[in-house]
Amino acid sequence: MRQSLIKFVGVFVLVLSFMGVANATPVDTYQFKSPENQQRALSLAHSLRCPQCQNQNLVDSNSPVAHDLRLEVYKMVDEGKNDQQIVEFMTSRYGEFVLYKPRFETKTLILWLGPIILLLIGLVIGMMLLRKQRATNANNVELTTEQQQELDALLNRDKK
Amino acid sequence: MKKLVLFIPLVLFLAMGVFLYKGLFLNPQKLESALEGKPIPAFQLERLENPNQVITNEDLKGKVSMLNVWATWCPSCKYEHPFLMVLARKNIVPIYGINYRDERGAALRELSRLGDPYTENIYDKDGRLGLDLGVYGAPETFIVDHNGIIRFRYAGPVDQTVWTETLYPMIQQLQAEAKKDAAS
Repeated sequence: MRQSLIKFVGVFVLVLSFMGVANATPVDTYQFKSPENQQRALSLAHSLRCPQCQNQNLVDSNSPVAHDLRLEVYKMVDEGKNDQQIVEFMTSRYGEFVLYKPRFETKTLILWLGPIILLLIGLVIGMMLLRKQRATNANNVELTTEQQQELDALLNRDKK
Repeated sequence: MKKLVLFIPLVLFLAMGVFLYKGLFLNPQKLESALEGKPIPAFQLERLENPNQVITNEDLKGKVSMLNVWATWCPSCKYEHPFLMVLARKNIVPIYGINYRDERGAALRELSRLGDPYTENIYDKDGRLGLDLGVYGAPETFIVDHNGIIRFRYAGPVDQTVWTETLYPMIQQLQAEAKKDAAS
């Protein structure tokens, strides 16, 4: 029993370790000039959306377009272009749509500020309700001695 | 007044409902081209039929034209092909083919077998022109005005409906613009 459990855990760990490997390899044979470039290019490609398989980023997608685009990103990083230039290259061809993180501008204001505004509205409503409740709590009715005794009896009933 | 306040959540809910309901019928695959209103990207590529002849973006200027991105590996292009043949016979607008990420031999064989609707064919082997055009899948069709400015992109196979409802009116309008420019 115990041995099989150890075996099971062993296999589980092994599978997990392979999963890590599988996730980390976008199967391209691209040789970066430096590990820093590689890191920057990969993080950039992760933040750009594949125009064809729309719910995947450039690294995850197998579509030919995504393949071309990520190689283009890698190349541009190695050429020393900065992130802004590369993002500009992509959006000038495929539109704002490829940005997983939309830019902060007038037409995306509601996207960026909407949640904050909703949170504020929620807070204000919450405060108003709380204040109202406090106001009603403040003018509590005083219990008479008789009522108090009855209450105590009720509260203690189950303890006995 | 107080009672009206109680209706605010209902109103908000209805407004959201309308937007979300509309959203159900939007096609997320339909993307606006980022190139509409911009000139055709500069290119210098071989003709499909003859590697020694070069076509550049300058060659497309002067006339309203249609650019059609196609490839032999693309099933929707085969679906679209007969309609392009019909269009070519009507001789309304020059159709430039962009043979996208394809093999020259296979492409030529297909054209000789099924017919060639294209005025000229640009051989975009590496898909570089496609990339500059923001192509994300074949077939795609671009409408270019007489100044070489891209005015419209249609992604997907062109058929009679798309042609009569969208492309043809636009081409007619652009051709009228071109005539006016030529006259003045």
